[in-house]
Amino acid sequence: MTTPLLELKHVTKIFGTKKDQTVALDDMTLALNETFPKIITVAGESGSGKSTTGMLLLGFYGPTMGEVLFRGRPLYELKGADLFQFRRDVQAVFQDPFAVYNPFYLVDNLLSIPIKNFKLASSKSEARELMEEALERVGLRPAETLGRYPHQLSGGQRQRIAVARALLLKPKLLITDEPVSMVDASLRSTILKALRGLNKEFGTPIFYITHDLTTAYHISDYIIILYRGSVMEAGNVDTIIKDPQHPYTKLLVSSIPWPDPDLVWGGAEDMIQKSQVAFKAITGCKFAPRCPYRMDICDTKPPDLYLLERDRAAACYLSMDNAVLPREELTSLFAEA
Amino acid sequence: MSEPILQVKNLKVYYYVEAGAVKAVDDVTFDLDDGTKMGLVGESGSGKSTMAQALMRMIKPPGKIEGGEMILDGVDLVKLSTEQMRQTKLRKLAMIPQGAMNALNPVMRIDHQLVDGMLDHGVTLSKQEREERVARLLEMVDLAPKVAKMYPHELSGGMQQRVTVAQSISMEPDLIIADEPTSALDVVIQRQVMETINNLQERLGLSLILIGHDMGLMAQTVSRLAVMYAGRMMEIGATYDMFRDPLHPYTQLLISSLPVLANKGVFAGIPGITPSLLNPPEGCVFHTRCPKAWDLCSQSTPKFTEAQPGRWVACHLHTA
Repeated sequence: MTTPLLELKHVTKIFGTKKDQTVALDDMTLALNETFPKIITVAGESGSGKSTTGMLLLGFYGPTMGEVLFRGRPLYELKGADLFQFRRDVQAVFQDPFAVYNPFYLVDNLLSIPIKNFKLASSKSEARELMEEALERVGLRPAETLGRYPHQLSGGQRQRIAVARALLLKPKLLITDEPVSMVDASLRSTILKALRGLNKEFGTPIFYITHDLTTAYHISDYIIILYRGSVMEAGNVDTIIKDPQHPYTKLLVSSIPWPDPDLVWGGAEDMIQKSQVAFKAITGCKFAPRCPYRMDICDTKPPDLYLLERDRAAACYLSMDNAVLPREELTSLFAEA
Repeated sequence: MSEPILQVKNLKVYYYVEAGAVKAVDDVTFDLDDGTKMGLVGESGSGKSTMAQALMRMIKPPGKIEGGEMILDGVDLVKLSTEQMRQTKLRKLAMIPQGAMNALNPVMRIDHQLVDGMLDHGVTLSKQEREERVARLLEMVDLAPKVAKMYPHELSGGMQQRVTVAQSISMEPDLIIADEPTSALDVVIQRQVMETINNLQERLGLSLILIGHDMGLMAQTVSRLAVMYAGRMMEIGATYDMFRDPLHPYTQLLISSLPVLANKGVFAGIPGITPSLLNPPEGCVFHTRCPKAWDLCSQSTPKFTEAQPGRWVACHLHTA
């Protein structure tokens, strides 16, 4: 087996002081391969650890326990040329299309600086060509985009330039953290289309972090549902959204406001447990305090991941008749049959 | 046939900037029947939030209500003095703000914040009455009684938003304007808060205008839907009809761009960009992006007319 491009090995991230600890991510193992050109979504509510996962993968902070590896080497220790290679191979598109721009610089900078730093062009005209090509790919007209300041463009345009920048570098992996949540609904599809195009045309794997299951369903191939730092359900996005098995996934999916007047919000029975419970140290399943199907066993120890189908597993005692999928083999769910 | 609780007629709100007048709301007309929930959708810059601020008379310079009427229960809000308007707010109409965390006073306990508005509007309450009111309001929005003595930072985002809902209904107004009340919340919490608002709306017989751009939320909650674009009202109708048989080309594109369960992987956006409100296009504001536009569309502004009973649309395709 080849070494994965980027991987998390038993990674736990704890924030806070000794007295007041928040486990943002709890023993996560995940491998992202450059040879596997699929879109994997990590979804969950606030505090689920989805953004923490992204930040760890981008090396913005190190893990409390476990390892983050880039081509088999600890990411947090990379220096010089290796770090440079990582920055080129792994690109990111962030949530806020306002904050990534310096308001005093032309938007061109976002594209021309990486061209310069990574020496992608040998002349000015070649650089210009690269920029124009990247912009056209995301559906922007270069003449209307280049030479402008960020405030002269809409949020959707700015976010598409950020995607164009990622395109330009032809990364081996793209990590996107809520790329469309601050963009108008009518513009979301153009950005998602640009991301999907990058994925299909260049075979770039995308790690898509979101709280929005609607876009997750539309863009991705696989999904990981996180709750308080632990994987609840993972695998094929189609079957998980259409037929969720874990009670938490059921709750999430039934709360999706589908823009379809014939698909009304699901029944009330799964809404019984309000989220207003205090979270103390939980010894068993983290979702148990809110779960309508809670059993005695749920409080004893966290459930294993049970393999429901070849490409799907749920961490719930309701599924314990199935074979156990060791947590470190989560990635095996994301593979072609 | 119920009487409309709110009639907006030819409302114009302009912002005067150095370069000229920005027509944020231009000639908008609609009725809202008593006890109905209406959604008001549009992209950023479509004028939907300006519309909400105008109804609350919260437009500040350089903005100005340039003309038109807003008749709430027989009274034209545009003509009221500042003091009359202040008395009308909370009693007749109230607003649920977008970010609850910014709407609550961080150093005041919740019980105090709930009765603050009432006291300001001249309601005298004994200590016992106050406690009863607070308890009832909290119960109505599904919050535990102990929340009364808490501070905002001790509450989650969803709970804070419930407090602002409780504030808005504290004097049982006729009309509530909710400006993206759940946009900062997770889906599960969003659904819980919306269900609270829905229950109250039914229980108290309120009318509600829900402002936002989340078409999914609209499909789940409102019975009528109004679509704004570049400061103008494009189309209004029953939510179901608007989704199933949109008349205006803009609504059609908007609906077809939505990610629904059946069309996975189809990403259809609306081509082009929103026009500048400083110099909106001549004729129909949408003609620059409209796939069905013809000569007439760039020459004359289509009238907002009732194309079918209860269905209003501003498009030359439906006025002829």
